[in-house]
Amino acid sequence: MELILKGLIGCDALYVKLNHDFSRLAVERYFFMNALEIKQLTKCYSNGLIALKGIDLEVQQGDFFALLGANGAGKSTAIGIIASLVNKTTGSVTVFGHDLDEEPEAVKRCIGLVPQEFNFNQFEKVFDIVVSQAGYYGIPRRKALERAEICLKQLELWDKRNEASRELSGGMKRRLMIARALVHEPKLLILDEPTAGVDIEIRRSMWSFFKKINKAGTTLILTTHYLEEAESLCRHIAIIKEGEVIENTDMKSLLKKADDEVLVLNLEKPVSDIPTIKGCLITAIDKTTWQVKIQKEAGMNALFVALEEFGIKVIGLRNESNRLEQLFLELVRKKQVVANV
Amino acid sequence: MFRREYLVALQTISYKEIRRFLRIWVQTLLPSTITTTLYFLIFGKLIGSRIGQMQGYDYMEFIVPGLILMAVISNAYSNVVSSFYGTKFQHNIEEMLVAPIPSWVILTGYISGGVCRGLLVAILVTLVSLFFTDLKIAHPFLMVLVFLLTGILFSAAGFINAVYAKSFDDISIVPTFVLTPLIYLGGVFYSIDLLPTFWQKVSMLNPVFYIINVFRHSILGESDISIINGLAVILCFIVVLIFISLRLLNKGIGIKN
Repeated sequence: MELILKGLIGCDALYVKLNHDFSRLAVERYFFMNALEIKQLTKCYSNGLIALKGIDLEVQQGDFFALLGANGAGKSTAIGIIASLVNKTTGSVTVFGHDLDEEPEAVKRCIGLVPQEFNFNQFEKVFDIVVSQAGYYGIPRRKALERAEICLKQLELWDKRNEASRELSGGMKRRLMIARALVHEPKLLILDEPTAGVDIEIRRSMWSFFKKINKAGTTLILTTHYLEEAESLCRHIAIIKEGEVIENTDMKSLLKKADDEVLVLNLEKPVSDIPTIKGCLITAIDKTTWQVKIQKEAGMNALFVALEEFGIKVIGLRNESNRLEQLFLELVRKKQVVANV
Repeated sequence: MFRREYLVALQTISYKEIRRFLRIWVQTLLPSTITTTLYFLIFGKLIGSRIGQMQGYDYMEFIVPGLILMAVISNAYSNVVSSFYGTKFQHNIEEMLVAPIPSWVILTGYISGGVCRGLLVAILVTLVSLFFTDLKIAHPFLMVLVFLLTGILFSAAGFINAVYAKSFDDISIVPTFVLTPLIYLGGVFYSIDLLPTFWQKVSMLNPVFYIINVFRHSILGESDISIINGLAVILCFIVVLIFISLRLLNKGIGIKN
């Protein structure tokens, strides 16, 4: 612990100075506190709908955290409560050590929110939207203008700064919401389906941008329906179903649970007789294309050795669906079966 | 507790509100000026000359304060109700809700927008009135005070309307069915002395009646009521409406789920 603290503080003398009980506790608390802690959070809407049934979540500082769930699972409600857009029913939310009930303004200063729906004034200019948001956070105008310029340049929107926001394309609008959320330099950025309806090229550039700011120290929470996105970006994952957290683990451990791998093989020549290979279920899509479901314990080598023995040459290979998608569906279905029983 | 950040946030909201109504000045500043000019022309000039005097003044002189104030009331109200409802409708209220802004800063920002529009329209209408009558202001400071208090009162009323509104219809119902009757029955066009005793007492329940009389006193030096009582009533209404507005904002009624 001392070595880590010395490394983080970067100076032995300073560490010695801080090394009395109170300071030490404060430093430890700062460096090892969670970015987000949710305890027994519930939300019951006025129409009687229970959106959250006592969820617990912890997001570490610097993490890239995926919050997944089907539509209506409770993800947006949870995010709304964290961002002060929805009143919680019971439970507690702590952001970087600040309790939402006790220090709501301190919590808000730590958070940047990119909501699911476009929620900026459609008639305002791009630059004005970002500058105003900085103003809401109490950033003086001169500094707000500088920060807005930096954010718009980072998100490649600087050329559009004088256009009314309604004139932007869908992808640009998404990027505008990201620029707006970053203008006060939040420590925790919450992205609620940030790439919905965005083309692949822009999506990829947004991914690399998210990775960059995460590497620079910003903690990110991502909700998305593109599970490939969560798999490639996030280190930890929680899955919500019907207001309950049904899985909360790190991505690697979760992916290890995947039982099957589904591959699509392109064959050199048409093959009419499908061979039987242990641990593999082969289905012909057409004469030169097969879908192969491989059990985890069988391994891919066994498949290719067997195909070699049958004299079948494979000229192309791709993963049909990502493993996280399969796991997600399995977890959600399992929960459904248990509920039905 | 007041912080420098709050002042910046307040300036941002006020600046945004003022920019909004100036951008659409044809919809916000022009209509009241034209309508009031028509009132001056028809009621003041054409019909007024046949009515004669009211409380010892030419009818035109008598109605000028009420008409100026009518413009302030309707503009302050409609500025806040339409702007705040629009903000709710487009969900960009969320920009403020996620930021560390106390409710009183948000409310003050919107009210300042309403007051500024009310004042600007009042100046325009006053300038127009100079074409029809010699306006001599008896108590200029009182006049400015009443402008400000009226702007604050009806901006707060517009804010409450916007919080509860669920559709664009809801933001026009109150001005049409509540505000307009209150203004017309508040003594813009007549002195309370003309009414039977019962209706004189009923008029005392109308807040607009006090505002118009105090304002008329600031210009003509003549009023149906005591100025201190009038100001006290206006201040009481302001305190009540501000309290309700802040409570609605703090609870997130009509804004948060």
